Amino acid sequence: MAGSNPNAKPMNLTLKVWRQRNRNTEGRIVDYKVKDISPDMSFLEMLDVLNEDLLRQGEEPVAFDHDCREGICGSCNLFINGRAHGPEKGTTTCQLHMRKFNDGDTITIEPWRATAFPVNKDLSVDRSAFDRIIQAGGYISVNTGGTPDANEIPIPKDIADRAFEAATCIACGACVASCKNASAMLFVSAKVSQLALLPQGHVERKTRVENMVAQMDKEGFGACTNIGSCAAECPVGISLENIAIMNREFINAKATSNNLA
Amino acid sequence: MSWITKTFSSSIGRKIIMALTGLFLCSFLVVHLLINLQMLRHDGGASFNFWAEFMGTNPVIRAMEVVLMLGLLIHIYQGLALAVKNKKARGTQGYVVNHSEQNSQWASRNMALLGTLLLIFLIVHLMNFWIRSRFDAMGGLAEVKVPNLDHPVGDLYSVAAASFKIPWYVALYALSQIALGYHLWHGFRSGFQTLGLNHRKYTPAVYATGYAFSVIISVLFAVIPLIMFFSSAYQPRPATGNTVERSLTEEPALR
Ligand code: HEM
Ligand code: SF4
Ligand code: FES
Repeated sequence: MAGSNPNAKPMNLTLKVWRQRNRNTEGRIVDYKVKDISPDMSFLEMLDVLNEDLLRQGEEPVAFDHDCREGICGSCNLFINGRAHGPEKGTTTCQLHMRKFNDGDTITIEPWRATAFPVNKDLSVDRSAFDRIIQAGGYISVNTGGTPDANEIPIPKDIADRAFEAATCIACGACVASCKNASAMLFVSAKVSQLALLPQGHVERKTRVENMVAQMDKEGFGACTNIGSCAAECPVGISLENIAIMNREFINAKATSNNLA
Repeated sequence: MSWITKTFSSSIGRKIIMALTGLFLCSFLVVHLLINLQMLRHDGGASFNFWAEFMGTNPVIRAMEVVLMLGLLIHIYQGLALAVKNKKARGTQGYVVNHSEQNSQWASRNMALLGTLLLIFLIVHLMNFWIRSRFDAMGGLAEVKVPNLDHPVGDLYSVAAASFKIPWYVALYALSQIALGYHLWHGFRSGFQTLGLNHRKYTPAVYATGYAFSVIISVLFAVIPLIMFFSSAYQPRPATGNTVERSLTEEPALR
């Protein structure tokens, strides 16, 4: 494999893993040893090795979420050694490789912690609160019909770029997980500013931010105090500027929308 | 709920209240500091007492004082209420290992702690100076003449000069400014961000201004009592039988 170190030796590791049977039971940290881990493995492949060992021993494998394993779906959410998605900047857990660790390391693996993200089992949490926030307004309503021509709606390049940057949010929830206040502002603001920047988003601009913020509060996420952990841990680099844009959108909507309720 | 109550009970609305009151308090600190610096003039407190009289009698300032006190109370209530709400959002089961120091600043994560330290200081501070200068029943002030005015004014300078000879009060005062400095280190820029005042061109300057503001304000506030403690040039006027002198000797709790 290109970039891999041919001299890298297999590693033996101690894992401290959060185990919890279901939502209603208490969980605890359980220690496991894994042997002969290749530095070229991804973090999830290392967990696959652990689970194969556990299955062989007749034990229940560790539940964790994953899907694409290529950094785009946002489901592989693990709090590794005190950091969301582990120590490496700008990566999801599935893109984190074992060469970032050393032979003999102890690695603590926990689920996202937030009242709005209850633990389903072990390391797997329920992030449906995010889905409900998106359902509250994170979309545009369009009539289906013929495919529109390219460039029919002119959008300046720099605006398109900024909207695209905001659109790269993969809804992983690392922002909530790393925030002291378990605030979802970075996630919500990414969607609000993406759609506020584009002409297609303008029709529902005011109701969108009002409804998404209301749903965010209803789900029990905290209030942002601009600590900045979210942006520092976000695997795709969503910036704090989006939160300021959302606050502006919110003030503007509250002051000028026709919604009296 | 009307749209107004809905706005100001939402998480962003409550944050906006924090930012407006917080930044308003920052502007007050500047005025307060400029007047405190008058104490360092070697004029027996004449300039300081002149401005203290102005702050206590000017109708515009008196009206602003009401706004300030309300703002402070709202800031404190809302700050503590948000801290409770945010703790609930985080949940009862915390992380076993959490290296938040690798993704954020200490001051940013400890605004409620720093604010509570400030609150403790403010209670002692307001009891000592503000309540005494506004309510005669709480001690009142001796009267002195100052050069630019034809009527005598309250001698707040002597209360300060006497207070700043008390070691524990000087220590509390100076240490509290560290909490103030850290609170502003995060708070200044945070207030701008909350109000949506973030722009690629200006935000770096807002950050720099906030850091400079927090250091300058807190250092100058802390230095004044320290200078007045260690220098013999700043002495309270001798006792005139006024309640102030009595309270300074008889009511240590009010110092
Ligand atoms: C001279 C006194 C004070 C000044 C100048 C001041 C200033 C500020 C500023 C500018 C902010 C940032 C607002 C924002 O992020 O939008 C802030 C936040 C905060 N303040 Fe103060 N403050 C003072 C006293 C206090 C006191 C006495 C308390 C509490 C008992 C307090 C508690 C808080 C808390 C908890 C926050 C963070 C809340 C949040 O960002 O939502 N502050 N303060
Ligand atoms: S903003 Fe970043 S950290 Fe938050 S959900 Fe989106 S991609 Fe994940
Ligand atoms: S598994 Fe899809 S982003 Fe990691």
